[in-house]
Amino acid sequence: MNWLHSILVLAVAFLAVFFEASFGGFRHLLGAQIDFLPGLMVYTGLTTGWPAVILTAFCGGLWYDSFSLNPLGASVPSLLLIGMLAWRGRELLENDRPGAQFFFGAVASAFQPLATLFVMLNIGAAPLLGWKSLWQWLVMILGGGLFTPLCFILFRRIHRAFVYQPARQVAFRPDRQIKRGRS
Amino acid sequence: MFKKPHYLISVLVVLLVAVLVKLPGGTMGKAKLAISGLFLPLFGLAVSTHATTAHAADSFVSKTELTRQNDALRRENVELKFLLQQDAALRNENARLHKWASWSPQRFSKGRLARVIARDPANWWRSVEIDLGGRDGIKTNDAVLTPDGLVGRIQSVGQMRSVVILLGDPGLRVAALIPNNGKTGIINSSLASPPESDMVEMDYLTGGGVVQKGQTVETWGEGGVFPAHIPIGTIVDVRVKESGLAPEARVRLAADIGALQEVWVMTP
Repeated sequence: MNWLHSILVLAVAFLAVFFEASFGGFRHLLGAQIDFLPGLMVYTGLTTGWPAVILTAFCGGLWYDSFSLNPLGASVPSLLLIGMLAWRGRELLENDRPGAQFFFGAVASAFQPLATLFVMLNIGAAPLLGWKSLWQWLVMILGGGLFTPLCFILFRRIHRAFVYQPARQVAFRPDRQIKRGRS
Repeated sequence: MFKKPHYLISVLVVLLVAVLVKLPGGTMGKAKLAISGLFLPLFGLAVSTHATTAHAADSFVSKTELTRQNDALRRENVELKFLLQQDAALRNENARLHKWASWSPQRFSKGRLARVIARDPANWWRSVEIDLGGRDGIKTNDAVLTPDGLVGRIQSVGQMRSVVILLGDPGLRVAALIPNNGKTGIINSSLASPPESDMVEMDYLTGGGVVQKGQTVETWGEGGVFPAHIPIGTIVDVRVKESGLAPEARVRLAADIGALQEVWVMTP
């Protein structure tokens, strides 16, 4: 399941970047595009191993930057940091409850644009920032937070669909069946 | 710490990223187009799905409606042919007058219609990707416009796709002119006000008369990137900077940058 799971996470990262680049609905409605990658990195860190975390951060970041005027790779360090922190704390962090998942996704979505901006400003890029950027940041936090529990639900369903589930033991046992009447 | 493989590989990834972010502009543009080329099948799928949906929707339109639309288009076609004839006559007359006055005639650019296939997912840049590239004759710095006005210029060119940097992005500055009063300036991104998608600033206003709300702004033609007289937008308000050196004006863009579906790329 591990390799299948990693490949599925990469596929979801691929589709998420495609969706962000091709769908402008959030931008029209809310004035900002929501980034799904931080939430996905939280999921990856909490449920998979470190190779999947590094691969998803690297590929997801490069795919995202290839559609953007960001310097190529500028998104990778922040995604990697989010994933590795989640992976390191996976034993300590409560990750079964949707509320906790929302919280981790929101924190990651708040951190990711700030860290990417920090990287870009340090290498001399001058992005467009103004008061509306605060609103966009809030939309990204909320959107990323809401996406994270959805991500857990989606992968749980995929897991059920693709992985062999052993049949549950039932209370009925044929060797203890009481047969009544003459036979 | 570096005995643990995940730390070692993380550091290697960060080092690789440090090399990537420092790639020269042209190489980085080509690398980005190559990576985003992985998404071409998905874009193709999206286009065919859209076409199928449109085809399915077409089957519900009544014949009466189609006939009415056909009549309207026929009338518009006749009007446009008439205007084209007038335009050709005016162009000939203009060329003749240019010849008599010994002026070099204005060169008219050709163009190609392109479809916008992707937008910048980051909220702090303004760029789009179009479905024309080097094999279609597109070159870096070609002007990109819509029937309403200027949109931007070609930033990088791939074989089949190109990246367009849009007006309002910090990386694009355009020499502009207010034809009413002859004032010139530079169209820049709007940093002081919220970065609305339809608003830019016109800085370094020099020469000419008074700048007023409602005046139109167009390309100046200086610098050699954009041809002259392409509409950019209209003046919304004027203010003097804190430094007091030169006034600046806010300009509402003529083209709807946020809802681009198709654009016209001017090729020399």
